[in-house]
Amino acid sequence: MAMSAAGKRRAVTGLLVAPAAAWLVVFLVLPFIAIVVFSLGERAPEGGYQPALTLAQYMNLPARAAAFWNTLVLAPIGALACLVVAYPVAYYLAVKADPRWRLLLVSLVVVPFWTSLLVRTYAWMYILGSRGIPNLLTLVGIEDVRLLNTPFAVLVGIVYGYLPLMIMPIYVSLEKLDRRLLEASADLGARPVSTFLGVTLPLSMPGVMTGVALVTILLLGEYLIPQLLGGGKVFFIGNALVDLFLQSRNWPFGSAIAVTLVLVVVVVLLGAMRLAYRVAGTRQVDLV
Amino acid sequence: MTKGYRDNAPISASAFLDELMRLKRGSVSRRHFLGVTGLGLATAVLSRELILPRPAFAAEDLGTKMSIATWPNYHDPATFEAFTAATGVAVEVNVFGSNEEMLAKLQAGASGWDLFVPTNYTISTYVKLGLIEALDMAKLGNFDGSTQNTRFTSEGTIDGTVYAVPKNWGTTGFAVNTGKLKTPVTSWKGFFEAAKGEADGRVMVHDYQLTTIGSALKVFGYSFNSIDPAELAKAEELLISVKPHLYAISSDYQPAMRATDAWMTMCWTNDGAQLNRDMPEIAYVLGSEGGEIWTDFYAIPKDAPNKPAGYALLNYLMDPANAVKEHIANGAPTTDSRVAALLPKEMLENTILYPDEAALTPLEFGAAVTLTDPARAELMARFKSA
Repeated sequence: MAMSAAGKRRAVTGLLVAPAAAWLVVFLVLPFIAIVVFSLGERAPEGGYQPALTLAQYMNLPARAAAFWNTLVLAPIGALACLVVAYPVAYYLAVKADPRWRLLLVSLVVVPFWTSLLVRTYAWMYILGSRGIPNLLTLVGIEDVRLLNTPFAVLVGIVYGYLPLMIMPIYVSLEKLDRRLLEASADLGARPVSTFLGVTLPLSMPGVMTGVALVTILLLGEYLIPQLLGGGKVFFIGNALVDLFLQSRNWPFGSAIAVTLVLVVVVVLLGAMRLAYRVAGTRQVDLV
Repeated sequence: MTKGYRDNAPISASAFLDELMRLKRGSVSRRHFLGVTGLGLATAVLSRELILPRPAFAAEDLGTKMSIATWPNYHDPATFEAFTAATGVAVEVNVFGSNEEMLAKLQAGASGWDLFVPTNYTISTYVKLGLIEALDMAKLGNFDGSTQNTRFTSEGTIDGTVYAVPKNWGTTGFAVNTGKLKTPVTSWKGFFEAAKGEADGRVMVHDYQLTTIGSALKVFGYSFNSIDPAELAKAEELLISVKPHLYAISSDYQPAMRATDAWMTMCWTNDGAQLNRDMPEIAYVLGSEGGEIWTDFYAIPKDAPNKPAGYALLNYLMDPANAVKEHIANGAPTTDSRVAALLPKEMLENTILYPDEAALTPLEFGAAVTLTDPARAELMARFKSA
């Protein structure tokens, strides 16, 4: 029997969606349910999980308030620092760079991803350690500069690690920019600065918001950079999670924090989308 | 069908090896064959193995690979290479930063380890949770309980059953770069005072609650293992007051000490010996108030995927001729008098490895409850996030 046209469309849609849906159910939904169940349990005497039905773990969340606070402060600061560095680069690539070189230059932005972030962060340990930049500074008479294991080092690591994720979406939105709008703006007497502020910047906002949201969300779960470049003294929620699962083996409390972190990310994401909508005045905000 | 071009050629060395391997294929799996070919050295070794009988390991199929979980800078890499050459079993080495991390991995299941190196105070917990097996001593002919110093080895045996055999013992003190830090430091009190004073920004403590909190407790004369809330509160106050002055909270302190980014760090014997060997200005000090003494053991997880290889490597490591190389490499003191007899004199006379009895007396072995106490875990989290 022949399928109706609508039935066929549904079947095709189903087939197209099935792999992604199966992936999400197996690797996202089911683990998340497990984490929610764990978060309602208790820590066994020797660590791990023992079944229970209690909100005690959530009541205990203030015990990690400092870690949440550090994360919620540093994630947006890191994202903004990335933005400040990334925007001129993306602008140059999309607007100013010679088209013959553009592809090569854009590839160079992505090249660092060929090496693991761990290895690149280790390299920063040597650049910022006393045999690196501080050693060079002593040559010009500036003594006892300490860079490694400071919040500054963590910020440097964050900007370095996440820069490509900020550059690419901004580049894409600037590249799509209709040059005739810039010419129109100039024809109507706007100076370059007001053309940038009145035309270019607003039109690139979707890319900016995508980049900021992407980097902020990834930073909320950051563990490696504060651990290696902060000397274990800069404590993010990611570090709290690692300690709870691998050191004190308090799986229920760790799960409660993980669930809370997911909720925070969702709130941040919704907030960013609303903001992006208002700022950009468009629905074409490609958030994640 | 056309014949292969080599069919009538005189047999070459490599073709001969191929033939030998085909002969051997009855007893060795294809995976084994694939695993060892492709590496010139491994092939050569294998050909030797094929020609010479392997009496020690002939009884059981050891497979082609195994996995060990251990500590950083803790083995002579040549040990594993020699084991692989003798048995054809490649050893994957996993390095860990704390006993909790090892326990967490084993609790989560399917760690994939065939052998691991837990510290004395964890063994009773592993046994209670059913995570490690009672050792089959018949497979460990190289181990001799009568030559072991029971001061260090008793915790491997529970209710008469041997669950773990010792690798080495050691202490937890601190390493200090005497070229940088001029005031001599002899106590934990002095350690924390220097961290806030002359060595501001140059001191490291372990990212490990057991030793960091334990050593802070010693400043006040409390037990290294205290879980008394009032005593822990004093230790917490001290740790939080010193935190802004620390260089780092990390158990990976050798790189920073070698680069002289850090001048002083909490330190385990073997790291202290390695640092002192390469940089004589770095001294290793036991806090005069006391501190920790420990023994690291070898144990086999219950769910080990390749137990025969786990036992084979363990037995290999229990051979004093092999063990002595491990001690020379990692610098930790031995529990086995047969090994001590083989050690170079300068190691036996090294007071970092073998402190006099007066320095050892105040030291305490870590307790099982110290490791799993939730209050200490929370204290550590407050310290790190302060």
